[in-house]
Amino acid sequence: MTFAEKILARYAGEKQVQPGQILTVKPDHLLMHDNAAPIISKIQSELKEYGIYKRDLPIIVLDHVIPAAAEKNALQHKQIREFVKTYKIPNFFDVGYGICHQIVIEKGLALPGTLLLGSDSHTCSYGAVGAFSSGIDRTEAAALLLTGETWLKVPQSIKITLKKKLPRLVTAKDVILSIIGDISSSGADYCSVEFQGAVSQFSVDERFTMANMGVEMGAKNTMFPVDEITTRYLRSIGVSKSKYIPVQPDPDATYDRELTYDLSSIGPVVATPHSVDNIKPISEVEGIEIQQCLLGTCTNGRISDFQAAAKILKGKKVHPAVRLLLLPASRAVYLDALKGGYIKTLVEAGGTVLPPGCGPCLGAHQGVLAPGERCLSTSNRNFKGRMGCKEAEIYLASPVTVAVSAIHGKITDPRKETKQ
Amino acid sequence: MLFPGKYTYTCSTAEEIKPHLLEDLDPLFAKNVKEGDLIIAGKNFGCGSSREQPVLGLKSVGLAAVVAESFARIFYRSSINQGLLLIECPAAVKAYKKGDIVSLDIERGTISIGSNTFSFPKLPKEILAICDAGGLLPYTRQKLKQKKKR
Repeated sequence: MTFAEKILARYAGEKQVQPGQILTVKPDHLLMHDNAAPIISKIQSELKEYGIYKRDLPIIVLDHVIPAAAEKNALQHKQIREFVKTYKIPNFFDVGYGICHQIVIEKGLALPGTLLLGSDSHTCSYGAVGAFSSGIDRTEAAALLLTGETWLKVPQSIKITLKKKLPRLVTAKDVILSIIGDISSSGADYCSVEFQGAVSQFSVDERFTMANMGVEMGAKNTMFPVDEITTRYLRSIGVSKSKYIPVQPDPDATYDRELTYDLSSIGPVVATPHSVDNIKPISEVEGIEIQQCLLGTCTNGRISDFQAAAKILKGKKVHPAVRLLLLPASRAVYLDALKGGYIKTLVEAGGTVLPPGCGPCLGAHQGVLAPGERCLSTSNRNFKGRMGCKEAEIYLASPVTVAVSAIHGKITDPRKETKQ
Repeated sequence: MLFPGKYTYTCSTAEEIKPHLLEDLDPLFAKNVKEGDLIIAGKNFGCGSSREQPVLGLKSVGLAAVVAESFARIFYRSSINQGLLLIECPAAVKAYKKGDIVSLDIERGTISIGSNTFSFPKLPKEILAICDAGGLLPYTRQKLKQKKKR
C-alpha cells in the first residue's frame, strides 16, 4: 500500500484499502483559524445542546487578519476567544503566535503517522513531517467539531522520485514550482503526492515549502518519508521518537503515476500571473520591474529563508522603488531571525517587518497592491486579485530570487548576482 | 463552467443561482432540467474554486446525481456535504450517447444505459445517509439526537 492507503487504513481500522474506497476516520486534530468564527456560528444551538466532541481536537490559530484590521475582524477574534474559554480548548494560539500551519508543525501537533484535517487549503503542509493532512470546508469543520469523525475517500497516489543534487542558488521552491508547471494546477487532483528519492538534501523547512504547495497542483495531501532529518527536527522541538509511529509506503505499492526529476537540471523559475502553473524560467521574465517584494508566509517564512535573504542583502540596499515586506511565519522564527541578526540586516537594507501572520498574502491588509503594480512574492498563490487588487500582478519565486530582485527593482536571476 | 464567477457576489440563494447554472455551456439547462434528472459529465467535473454556489444550485433543481469520469476534489466533498450525490463511473460516461435513457440503482451500485449495465463502487452507508438527510449538518444533527436518546 502507498502512504495514503496505509495511514487511512490505520485510522479506519482496516487491513487493506483501495483507492476510491470511502472510510470513516477520526482525525487527531482539526485546524481552524480566524474562520473558526463563521464555523461555530453555523452550529450555535448544537454546541449548546451537545458541546464539542473533544477539547483537544481543535487547534485554533488567529493568523489571517492580525492584529484585527477592522471591527468585524476584532469581533470575530473576540467570539473565538470566548468559545475557547467556554470549552477550555488547550490548543489556542492568539494573535502573534504565527501562521496556523507553521504553529501546527512547530508545536509538534502534526507528527509522523498522524491524521489532521483543517479548514484551510494549505493544511496539506504537514506531509513535511510524514503526517496525512488535508483541507476541508467550513461545513465539514463544523460537523467534525461536534462528532470528531468524517469520511475520507482513499486517494490515488503519485510518486515523485527526486534524483541528484540541486544546483547552487536553486531552492526547494524552484523544485515545487517546476513540478506544478509540468503537471498543471489540476495535475494531481484528488491524489496523494509522495516525494521520494534524494530527499535527504531537504531540511524540514524546505519539505514544508514543497508540501505546502501540493494543493496548487490539486493534491489531497503530500508526503515526505520520515528519516533522520525528520526525527532530528522533532527532537529539536522536544518530541522524542517514542511519541510517534511513522507510516512508510510499502516498496511494492501501486501508484497511479510515477514521475522522476533530475534536480541538477532545475534552475530558478517564476510563477507568472495569474496562475501558479504559469511557470517560466527566470531568463524569460528577467528585467520585469517590481514595486513590492514579499519575503515570508507559510510557504517561505522560516529561519532558513530569512537567513538566505539576509546573506544576499547584507550591506546592500533595497531598490528605492521597491517595498520589501518581511513576514516571519511565527514568533519563534521571528525571535530566531532576531537572534541570528537577519532581521537587523534586512531592516538595515530597507525591509519592513510585519507581524507573524498571513499579512498581504491573501490581500486583506498590510501590503495590498494598487492597480498596475507588481509584487514578487515567496508566497504560494498568484491568482488575480489575491493581494487585494484585480489590476495588480503577482509573481512567485524563491526567497533567494526575491532578495536579489529587491536590490535591483526588477526580476533578477540570483545566479548572476551573488557569489555564495 | 458550472456557475459563472461574475455572479459570485450577486447571487447567494438557490433561487438566485438557479437561472445561471451551466449557462455558458447550455443556456437552456436551467429551463429544461427536471427533478430526478442526472448529469453525465467528463473529467474533473466541478474544477475550480471552493465556492459552494454551484453545489447549492445543482442541489436545488432536484438532480438525482451527477455521474462523471472524475470530480474535482473540493467539489466532490462539498457536494456530499450539501447532500448532492456524485458517482464516478468512467465506463458509463464513455458508453453514453445523447438521448440514451439512463437509470441509476444506488443501493446496488449500478447504472443502466440501454441494455448495458455498469457498476460503480457502492457508496458506503455513511455517504448515502448524509445525502438522504439532505447534507452534512442535518445528518450530524440526526446523529447527535440518536446518540442522546440511547
